[in-house]
Amino acid sequence: MKTLVFLEDHEGKLQRDSLGVLSKAASLDGEVEAVLLGSEVEGLAAEAGKYGAARVHVMDDVLLAKPLPQPRVDALEALIGDGGFDTVLFASTVLSADLAAALAARLDAGLNWDLTDVVVEDGKLVGKRPALGDSVYVDVGWTGEPRLALIRSGTFEPQKHGGEAQVEKFEARLQDFSLDAQMIEQAHEESEGPSIEDADVIVAGGRGLGSPENFSLVEELAKALGGAVAATRAVVDAGWYPYATQVGQTGKTVAPKLYIACGISGAIQHKVGMQSSGLIVAINKDPNAPIFEYADLGVVGDLHEIVPKLTELVRARKAA
Amino acid sequence: MPAPGPRSRGLVLATQELGGVTGRSTRTCILGAAMKIAVCTKYVPEAAANARIDPQTKRLDRSGEGSLNQFDVHAVEEALKLKEGEGEGEVVIVSVGPERALEAMRKALAMGADRAVLVSDDAVAGSDLVATSRVLAAALEREKPDLVLFGQQANDSDGAVLWAAVADRLQRPLVSQVAELTRENGKVRGKRQTEYGYDVIEAPLPAVVAVSDAINEPRYPSLKGIMGAKKKPQETVSLSELGVDAGEAGEAGSRTEVYALGDPPARGDTVKIEDDGTGAEKILAFLQEKKAL
Repeated sequence: MKTLVFLEDHEGKLQRDSLGVLSKAASLDGEVEAVLLGSEVEGLAAEAGKYGAARVHVMDDVLLAKPLPQPRVDALEALIGDGGFDTVLFASTVLSADLAAALAARLDAGLNWDLTDVVVEDGKLVGKRPALGDSVYVDVGWTGEPRLALIRSGTFEPQKHGGEAQVEKFEARLQDFSLDAQMIEQAHEESEGPSIEDADVIVAGGRGLGSPENFSLVEELAKALGGAVAATRAVVDAGWYPYATQVGQTGKTVAPKLYIACGISGAIQHKVGMQSSGLIVAINKDPNAPIFEYADLGVVGDLHEIVPKLTELVRARKAA
Repeated sequence: MPAPGPRSRGLVLATQELGGVTGRSTRTCILGAAMKIAVCTKYVPEAAANARIDPQTKRLDRSGEGSLNQFDVHAVEEALKLKEGEGEGEVVIVSVGPERALEAMRKALAMGADRAVLVSDDAVAGSDLVATSRVLAAALEREKPDLVLFGQQANDSDGAVLWAAVADRLQRPLVSQVAELTRENGKVRGKRQTEYGYDVIEAPLPAVVAVSDAINEPRYPSLKGIMGAKKKPQETVSLSELGVDAGEAGEAGSRTEVYALGDPPARGDTVKIEDDGTGAEKILAFLQEKKAL
């Protein structure tokens, strides 16, 4: 197996999920290399060696400055053709999902997406994919090469293997239609603390908070735990909290070590976005809320009393 | 626009001056001209809650009642809004699926779309992304729309990637996850949410755009719309009519396969307690016990 892992960068750092996928690839059989595409990103490449890449291919071009998928398809097509890669792995993001799908069409290659694991069984690569609201797990494979796979966000932890990567620059001709779409504005919300993709702890709020002002209860607890704040679709739709924090079917999928759900009923659309969390704690006044069926610890009670008290207890313990 | 690059940008300008590139649709959009919009829709099992995968074929059981994928209804609505905003244009619903998918497509006609084209062929069943995008792109090449719209995802297989494969096959610019869409001067502009905030992306027509379900509130078909839908043009085309070889569709044209079905990994025991005033203390004790602090 010769695997290529697509590395995504954001504001001068390699994205955590792509390093997680790289670490996973390095634990499988065969050679593992990585690719980084962007403008003035060459300096980030060597870092990937620590996570198991023997070689990092870099295309550094101003035409790749913006996170748009189509020019990246041209770059990867050239690299995969020249490099003899039989497997290409992506950590799923808004950018990489479009990139992987377009690349599949370009190369007539199979793409399996939303994978929560990849394993080698009898010498064959097999992907694990939850389906139908995660009620069924499907083993999926590829009937040709290269094999393309999108890994669900938050699936693999980055692990340092401690190697050195050789950085190699390459160039590719970009097709003109690939440059037709132009990014004309990028407004990235400044957020304090970790983003929900990167956080080990997430405190999430739902409609049970009662009002947007009560999100401060969730924020305070998240701060005390050093975690991030997430929200359900219902409260994002109601304008209580930004979409970037939405967890669930139409938002993000997260898998922190600890997920504390405050005033969240936990319908299937929310569940699919967070059920892979290490520990799930739920606080809800409705004893019949679906979230109690899968929370490791469920507390039936008034979050307006429990959450501030818990925040105080956590603070006191951390100070001790 | 980024500063001119060392190579490719010059090439782009050169080919544009020559009036287009060979092998690519060179249909141009004239300012103010009536726009033709194709909306790609998927026929999905009626109740996602009751959906099952057939253990024999390892495909989704599509034998029951079906309907229009709810996410695609937002794309239909957006197409109708664009057409109404300009006072003219045509909205064509395009789908790949079984014959009975036409019934679901009639919902889009009842909402106000003008025409439906369904690619239906026994050889299409079991198509994966590569094969489906090939068939859909062939159907779209035949229609030559100015704008191709997709909904955010299919509610049966959670696939949210088809548009990018289609855009690559059509060699057209792509804007995905769009929550606000406008059109002016032969371009579309989409505002979208990403992991980090929002982007605004602009693309010249013809283009492929995937919209999020936050973009609008779809209308309900009126009684008049429902009555009129049956009389609107509805066409079923086969693979051979599209010039697609049967071996390039269905399982033969696919590059992925399903090996086995299994149960999801079980979570550990769940504990539910009533708050007696010590709920916060109990949570803290639990987090300490699990070394989660």
